[in-house]
Amino acid sequence: MSEIKKFMFVNRKAPHGTIYALESLEVVLITAAFDQDVSLVFLDDGVYQLKKGQQTKGIATKNFSPAYLALEGYDIEKLYVEKESMQARGLSEEDLLVDVTVLGRAEMGELMNQQDVVLSF
Amino acid sequence: MKFGIVVNEGPYQHQASDTAYLFCKAAMEKGHEIWRVFFYHDGVNNASKLTEPPQDDRHIVNRWGKLNEEHGVDLVVCVAAALRRGIKEENLAKGFRISGLGQMVEAGVKTDRLIVFGD
Amino acid sequence: MLHIINKSPLTNCALDSCLRVVQSGDILLIEDAVYAATSGNVFEDKIHEAMGRCKVYVLQPDLDARGFSDRIIDGVSPVDYGGFVDLTTTNKNCQSWL
Repeated sequence: MSEIKKFMFVNRKAPHGTIYALESLEVVLITAAFDQDVSLVFLDDGVYQLKKGQQTKGIATKNFSPAYLALEGYDIEKLYVEKESMQARGLSEEDLLVDVTVLGRAEMGELMNQQDVVLSF
Repeated sequence: MKFGIVVNEGPYQHQASDTAYLFCKAAMEKGHEIWRVFFYHDGVNNASKLTEPPQDDRHIVNRWGKLNEEHGVDLVVCVAAALRRGIKEENLAKGFRISGLGQMVEAGVKTDRLIVFGD
Repeated sequence: MLHIINKSPLTNCALDSCLRVVQSGDILLIEDAVYAATSGNVFEDKIHEAMGRCKVYVLQPDLDARGFSDRIIDGVSPVDYGGFVDLTTTNKNCQSWL
């Protein structure tokens, strides 16, 4: 496919309570096969998706958090977390499963402006 | 302009499907093209032919089907999300087709605007 | 950029987060977010503040459905579904704050 667009996935929902985070991840992995310019953004409760140490055995659901570690293998390397969302949840980069770029709120707004397609679930 | 639409919620439970439909109608009235509507998450329930709303209510499933019948709008249901929720060829309403998630990404690539309706 | 919000600001932080991050552009309030556009609600000051840097629109049919046709905050522009479509075409891109 010749056209390359900037795709941004905005994750604002916590994992496990609803299926949105898991099904969002499924779209991200498919998008990687389309050779587009993909960014993932974690805002508000979406930051919780990246928390280390998730154990879902006790709630009998699939633990999909290791899949975030696999993103790099799909050439998805642009992961952004909003600083204000992270701080509001008492989290720092050390609490997160993967390496991310931390952006302030205004920088985050600017990054959104630059996209062609913004998907949120 | 060419539009792609994503519907993430089921019919009746949430307004998203209604808003998406009314947006499509308004866009077509203005001469735009609805290139594809992609149903994801609980949105796949918009494609169940077993849906039977009360007589005095709108028929959300058939309403989508008519967009396909009368305007050729491509109505695509995500296969993975559909199987999870019990939507298969055997209970798929007229006008819809089941396909992969790549069809949503393709809508993002091929249309001028991709608009998401959900919760 | 067009930002579409569909939650009441009194129960959900979508509009708050949008206003925190977004510095300019258009904001459209639909579905339960139309309550944010009604005068006298505790969020009104934030809408006034937002209008200093963004243009704020509200989907009139959603406002009518909820019994607030005549209570729009001054400066918020009502649009119908056709106006909603126009906002998506005049803006280069759009984002639904789900």
